[in-house]
Amino acid sequence: MKADPRGVLTGIHFIDGDHACCEGALAAGARFAAGYPITPSTEVVERFASRVPKVGGTFIQMEDELAASITLQGAVWGGAKAFTVTSGPGFSLMMEHIGYAAMTETPCVFVDVQRGGPSTGLPTLPAQADMMQARWGSHGDYEIIALCPNSPQECFDLTIKAFNFAEEFRVPVMFMMDEVVGHMTEKVVIPQAHEIDVVPRKHTHKSVEDYLPYGTNGDQVPEMAHAGEGYNFHVTGLTHDEHGYPNMTPPVQDKLVRRLQSKIRDAADRIAMFEEEELDGADVVVVSYGITSRVAQRAIEVAREQGLRVGKLRLITAWPFPEKKIRELAAKVKAFVVPELNLGQMVREVERAAAGHAKTYAVSHAGGGVHRPEDILKVIVEASRCQTA
Amino acid sequence: MSDSLIDIDTNNSAVNPVEPFLRTDRMPHIWCPGCGIGTTVNSFARALIDSKIDLGSLALVSGIGCTGRVAGYVKLDSFHTTHGRAIPFATGLKLANPKLNVVVYSGDGDLSAIGGNHLIHAARRNIDLKVICVNNLIYAMTGGQTAPTTPDHSTTSTNPYGTFEPSFNLPHLVEAAGAVYVARWTTFHVRQLSRSISEAFKKKGFSFIEVISPCPTLYQRRNKLGDGLDTMKYYKEKSKVRNGAPTSEVGLSMTGEIVVGKFVDRDRPDYGSMMRAQFTESLGDKYVEQDEKEVPVCS
Amino acid sequence: MAKGRVSIVVEHCKSCGFCVEFCPSHVLALSSAFNSKGYHPPHVVHPEKCSGCDLCGMYCPDFAIFATKNPGDKAGVKADVKDTDKGGTK
Repeated sequence: MKADPRGVLTGIHFIDGDHACCEGALAAGARFAAGYPITPSTEVVERFASRVPKVGGTFIQMEDELAASITLQGAVWGGAKAFTVTSGPGFSLMMEHIGYAAMTETPCVFVDVQRGGPSTGLPTLPAQADMMQARWGSHGDYEIIALCPNSPQECFDLTIKAFNFAEEFRVPVMFMMDEVVGHMTEKVVIPQAHEIDVVPRKHTHKSVEDYLPYGTNGDQVPEMAHAGEGYNFHVTGLTHDEHGYPNMTPPVQDKLVRRLQSKIRDAADRIAMFEEEELDGADVVVVSYGITSRVAQRAIEVAREQGLRVGKLRLITAWPFPEKKIRELAAKVKAFVVPELNLGQMVREVERAAAGHAKTYAVSHAGGGVHRPEDILKVIVEASRCQTA
Repeated sequence: MSDSLIDIDTNNSAVNPVEPFLRTDRMPHIWCPGCGIGTTVNSFARALIDSKIDLGSLALVSGIGCTGRVAGYVKLDSFHTTHGRAIPFATGLKLANPKLNVVVYSGDGDLSAIGGNHLIHAARRNIDLKVICVNNLIYAMTGGQTAPTTPDHSTTSTNPYGTFEPSFNLPHLVEAAGAVYVARWTTFHVRQLSRSISEAFKKKGFSFIEVISPCPTLYQRRNKLGDGLDTMKYYKEKSKVRNGAPTSEVGLSMTGEIVVGKFVDRDRPDYGSMMRAQFTESLGDKYVEQDEKEVPVCS
Repeated sequence: MAKGRVSIVVEHCKSCGFCVEFCPSHVLALSSAFNSKGYHPPHVVHPEKCSGCDLCGMYCPDFAIFATKNPGDKAGVKADVKDTDKGGTK
């Protein structure tokens, strides 16, 4: 279906990533947000607080991130599309409820505008050091989807995608921005509402007698009902059966967590989006995401001017990780170069997927700033000279 | 020679009046013999009958603990959430669909320890929630650890030599935070409890009903206070109904008097009304109230 | 005919004793029989005294007992239970 025009601020804007993310949420149909102030993310909800009473919806600033991360889920079960916004310390607090959303299959979006860590770290400066946390931060076996915009325009476009994935797969989606993308101001084009595709809630059409809250019809995603519709369903974070009732036995556990995993992994080809350039014939492929990909672009250009055969793979989806693509490339290229604003996170996934068929070079940066193109260029040159693995 | 059992008469087509409110396919429940939680659920169900509330509009949210399991046994839209966070979840439900009657049904540890922050803020905001706090003075599900409500000098598994912290006076706490309806009963006061719950349904704003309940397996046993029935007799003997009593005076001790009654019943606008009033005043015509059921993008 | 009648779901009873204690007419006693879990459910020892007040049902934490008023007995409607609010200064 198409976006509700009431939430779409059609036009050409000059806004930063945080603001664009808010507009993306509204365009996607989000009408509820619960938040807690934390730099550098606060502007997203500040804008939402200002916009939503004129669009029709609710924002509430909760007393802490523990509350915000579950208040939004209550709103989802009450019928709304909902999200929250945070940064490192708040993201850590939200982990239990990200797990709850995954377990109860509550469709929602968690925006993390990454900043320097660990702990209080660098509140106003960028990092990309929450990438593994986005995937593994909560306890237990579960899958999430994580997207990484690299511009304010993508903050708008990909937020819509995030909500769409959340609804399609009934999963919490992590929207992994960083402080630079969040605070950089660029042109953002917001199209007409009828040009924007949104995925509606997967609401059941079954009768009360036939409806199974966690039963599937052969696909792996159950249909949802909302509170107040007469379905009398039960939702619990305990291991549960198709009725939603706690059923804490190994067979039920096995069936449930494997389905939570496979509903995402089986669709990984479609979910894992990336931007590729000149991969054919490349000796070295630079794998990057977020703000680092903007710097890497420059390094790649200079390397090509110097005659090196350098391909680009920009991760738009970080999780599920595009293993298949890396594996294919590893058979053909000498090396991967992975610059990140951390001491090595997604590079581990690249290395794992490459399985020794190509070398992997990390270009680490502890955060607080961005790489210089020459830092990345240096490693591209080194990687080009390496012996084939 | 044992008595023969008179089971349900085969001619007797009588149905338990609370059966329509229970997930009978999940009975018998997990609560111990003599535990009072089931009794509170009984009172709750009878309040639903008496208040003639539209069950389709009701949602029940619980946290973690023995009382938290109530959500799984009532035949309503029910949510068993995370420890301490039933109130913020319920807040989200209510704000997204203001037509819902949202009940929070949870225990003393869940609501006043890990959930304490959310308890006071929801009361301060006067979110329209009906909170039933079953207070068995202990963390029961996890094996009998000290709770903020455990009376002084009690023996618990984490205070094996006796507690020495003052315990919370929950009615006082929530009144100070802003609750508009505050009552306390025990599981002995089945009718009064039902009546309070019915009154809370008619009330707009943050209502808090504390129910003192036995935990014979842990609290009573470790403190040599007998079983569930002994505790019910203690409630009967030592409770004093003092409606309107100042909440500062209703603190509990291990074997002393239990002040019960309706302590606070006042009126002030609930969060939703205040929100709408503020936006109307600030934005005038530009204010767009939330769609009735957030339907535009949900099929 | 008694004004009320008790129904007992034997298998759900956990012998807490609340119903026996709080029945205003002392209709019940714990039996010496066992259910399959080993608990002694109550049994009706004075059926003629049952008023159908359903206090037993209100107290039961296990939903294992309840009382209903016998049909056609208009007098039974008025036979309401004594207030359980004992031992208190109002």
